[in-house]
Amino acid sequence: MALPKHTELHYRIWHYFYLTICGAVFFFLIAPLFVIFPLSFNAEEFLSFSDGMKSLDPDAFSLRWYKDMIYGTKNPWGLAAKNSFIIAIFATIGSVILGTVAALGLSSRHMPYKGIIMAILISPMIVPLIISGVAIFFFMAKAGLAATHTGIVLAHIILGTPFVVITVTATLSGFDHSVTRAAASLGSNPVNTFMKITLPLILPGVISGGLFAFVTSFDEVVVVLFLAGLENTTIPIQMWTGLREQLSPTILAVATCLIILSTLILVTAELLRRRSERLRGINR
Amino acid sequence: MSSETKQILTTDGIPLEVSLKKAERRNKIKAFLLVAPLLLFLIITYVFPIGDMLMRSVDDKMVTEMLPKTFKAMEKWDGKELPEEEVFEAFYLDFRQLVDEKREGKLSTQLNYTKNGFKSIIKKLRRKSKSFEEGNYKEQIMAVHKRWADVEYWKAIKRRAPAFTGQKYLKGMDMYKNENGEIVSVEEDRRIHRILWLRTLEIAFFVTLFCFLMAYPIAHLLATLPMKYSNLLMICVLLPFWTSLLVRTASWMILLQQQGVVNDFFVGIGLVADDARPEMMYNKTGTYVAMTQILLPFMVLPLYSVMKTISPSLMRAGKSLGGTPIVAFWKVYFPLTIPGIGAGCLLCFILAIGYYITPALVGGASGTLISNQIAFHMKSTLDWSFASAMGLMLLSGVLVIYWLYNKIVGIDNIKLG
Repeated sequence: MALPKHTELHYRIWHYFYLTICGAVFFFLIAPLFVIFPLSFNAEEFLSFSDGMKSLDPDAFSLRWYKDMIYGTKNPWGLAAKNSFIIAIFATIGSVILGTVAALGLSSRHMPYKGIIMAILISPMIVPLIISGVAIFFFMAKAGLAATHTGIVLAHIILGTPFVVITVTATLSGFDHSVTRAAASLGSNPVNTFMKITLPLILPGVISGGLFAFVTSFDEVVVVLFLAGLENTTIPIQMWTGLREQLSPTILAVATCLIILSTLILVTAELLRRRSERLRGINR
Repeated sequence: MSSETKQILTTDGIPLEVSLKKAERRNKIKAFLLVAPLLLFLIITYVFPIGDMLMRSVDDKMVTEMLPKTFKAMEKWDGKELPEEEVFEAFYLDFRQLVDEKREGKLSTQLNYTKNGFKSIIKKLRRKSKSFEEGNYKEQIMAVHKRWADVEYWKAIKRRAPAFTGQKYLKGMDMYKNENGEIVSVEEDRRIHRILWLRTLEIAFFVTLFCFLMAYPIAHLLATLPMKYSNLLMICVLLPFWTSLLVRTASWMILLQQQGVVNDFFVGIGLVADDARPEMMYNKTGTYVAMTQILLPFMVLPLYSVMKTISPSLMRAGKSLGGTPIVAFWKVYFPLTIPGIGAGCLLCFILAIGYYITPALVGGASGTLISNQIAFHMKSTLDWSFASAMGLMLLSGVLVIYWLYNKIVGIDNIKLG
């Protein structure tokens, strides 16, 4: 941001001071993520920069922790990754379907008791996770679903739906309901109208809600810690155990992969948000 | 009403008003049916289980169920003098049953909560009771240990009789009911829960404050910069937001450990000596630093979305009317950002107060929060009713904050990203 030429000196100083503070905060936010990259290529078994790495000696870098992550004997990451993806995909599908349908009802102006129902629907987002974990564990234990994939998927649907409800309701708030009436007047039944008219228009909101639900499930550890048995281990659980017991560089290799994944999700979410804003006619 | 005003009829001959009401009702039902699946799902899997927690937290079935005959016999006992023979006999029968099922250890733990000193005398009773003769159990039990002849211990058993009790809640606040039924605090050095509650509030408050102080300038910068720069900088906020919590905690563990990057840097610039590297992890510092960075995006995003809507001409108008930049900021800009501040602080505070993972990994003993205690009782001591009680105490705290926020700022002002 260039300052006009006539700016007085003390404002100039203040301005650069402000920019420095902002720079420091941005550094604080983003820098910790970038420590993980170089250290995951460490040739040694330590979690700090070796002298070789500081002098950029090629021998100090290696892919051994990535090899260990994929081929390592009795390593849990393969099973954990498989479980994580299966659980997250099913939880996302469940959350998106239940959440979108509910959001359609909620944004109807005929909806009775809107306030209290909305409060119940988004409560899993407000209640501290540890309490949700305890409550869901009691339910799953009674229903015989503890330590099963089904139980974890259901738990993640509970945690994921509020995000879908919120994003889809937000998208629907700019939705022109006369198009659905037009479709109805042309003889389309409600299901057909939804599939052909409403869904394509609210799709960006639905997908970004789905992304939230996916990340929530993929990254969730508190509830899974209560629910999972040995067979249902997930990536977050393995990381949790690893961080508590032996902090090995293999975890950093996994973490690097997760950062790449989250970058992809971020890009998708941003593109969708912009598309959605264009469709809703918000120009900035 | 004059006789000339006619009711308006629809083509079917039904009054319009009736027809309209019918249509409205149909629409209401339709809307409700759309919400019903999710609502039902959440009520069964989520709302009821929280109710179940409430039941568990006040339900003291454990002891009642272990000593059914004793409590039945005790109903007639006035609780002043030593109980009659029939109470002793019932207790002996219950106790034999427990020993056969190998559950007497549980009983001794539970009774020891109520009164110290039960552990050893129950152990002794188990050994001696094998050779008890039939009849006159009062004498035989009292002969095992002199405490069995002490009425205080029988009173302690009787206190566990009611099926519903608030004692878990009292325990959560380091209080208990003494022999005379008065509520008193435990000794000074055993008040671990109060320390935890206060520490949780303190950490949540300061983390929220730090987040606010750091988020305000950068949200302002993001909102005022031209689009092409601000989009780039926004990545710095959004990438941590989308990155796994455990990954971010892991990177703080690497940074803050004694041989870690931050300490290396401090030694490198000569700030600290190599052999006097400060402990920055496994204590409160670690919890503060890591939680602030992790929760910062939750403060930036609501602030940004509010600041984005404030027109820059307002500040210019303030200045043109003679205000210095500071006055213009304080009187014009700052009040307009209050909804964003409210939403960000609420979000941060509520998230921080229930934090579990990060304090457990970087907090050590002095940096853990109430959530860690709940998890400890769920997984290690298996005292689920105590975990439930503390969970509900935490939940009611969160709801109070939420309610206050709704009163002061209004819940509609919350924006997600």
